[in-house]
Amino acid sequence: MREILGDLEKWRSAGKQIVIARVVDLEGSGPREPGASMAVNEDGEVAGSVSGGCVEGAVVSEALQIMESKDRRIVTFGYSDDEAFAVGLTCGGTIHLFLEPLDW
Amino acid sequence: MFESLSKLLKEETPFALVTVIEGTNKGAKLLVQPLEKSLEGTLGNESLDRVAARDALGELAAGRSGVRHYGLHGEAREEAIQVFIESFAPPPQMLIFGAVDFTGALVKVAKVLGYRVTVCDAREIFATKKRFPQADEVVADWPNRLIDQVGYSLDTQDAICILTHDNKFDVPAVLASLKTKVGYIGVMGSRRTHEDRLERLKESGVSEKEITRLRSPIGMDLGARTPEETAISVVSEIIALRTKRPMHALKDTAGPIHG
Repeated sequence: MREILGDLEKWRSAGKQIVIARVVDLEGSGPREPGASMAVNEDGEVAGSVSGGCVEGAVVSEALQIMESKDRRIVTFGYSDDEAFAVGLTCGGTIHLFLEPLDW
Repeated sequence: MFESLSKLLKEETPFALVTVIEGTNKGAKLLVQPLEKSLEGTLGNESLDRVAARDALGELAAGRSGVRHYGLHGEAREEAIQVFIESFAPPPQMLIFGAVDFTGALVKVAKVLGYRVTVCDAREIFATKKRFPQADEVVADWPNRLIDQVGYSLDTQDAICILTHDNKFDVPAVLASLKTKVGYIGVMGSRRTHEDRLERLKESGVSEKEITRLRSPIGMDLGARTPEETAISVVSEIIALRTKRPMHALKDTAGPIHG
């Protein structure tokens, strides 16, 4: 969150809707540790990253859905997934992200 | 709660943020600070808050973030509630002694890696913020005096880089550094300077065991030529030391330092 604080503050003061995605858990090899975060605003602008670039695109679409539905959920990306997600980590690991609106 | 989080991050105050990610009150948050008895926010009830706060302080002390499971009221070995504990430890510190050619490059590389960087040199005309704009702090003082002031706050994740390569400054700096718990002490100098410095340190009563803490000559044996390449060799050594990976450190190799 430290890395994206500047963007979050800027977007908040402009009154933008924001969804934050944080890596909460990791199985096997993964590029970013728990706590790595990215944020998406209502204009589709992105700050930060949660992987080596493998899943960021998919996180943006999830985030925009959450901006509509206002719910919060764990989203999992991984090689081992049963085709539930088309994207995965090329390094073979699995990451669990928590996505929620910045409404707190 | 975001305002509190933002304020604490800017002040570099350590804290942990606990978020319910599965179960009742999903999204509920608790902000925990080591020196504050009162908690901000709630996960739903007092007993859950108490258990989660205790675990959060443990994770924060270890510098870890991760998921924990509890019962509805914080019971262990139950899975009704899943929380994510995110630790916000202050950034690691790097103290660089000597406002020399290599210093500016090392400041830049250390900032990329997220260090809070202090440059210190006894010579006031060299120790200026203008010469090291990216440093968080520039101090005109003797290295050993600065370490006497801030040394208590240094720990295994922190680094001291002594780039003065002048025995008048670096022997007292090394002596002061050895009194701290700092994880990395790198000392710059040619192989001859290094041998000479070892003699002087032994004369000052430094033991063989203490000398093994020193990374001298500083850095990885990359054959670095420029200040920037030397800076990369220093931080490479710091990373490999932390991860305990095998490395070609200059302290263990022989032959020319620059390629």
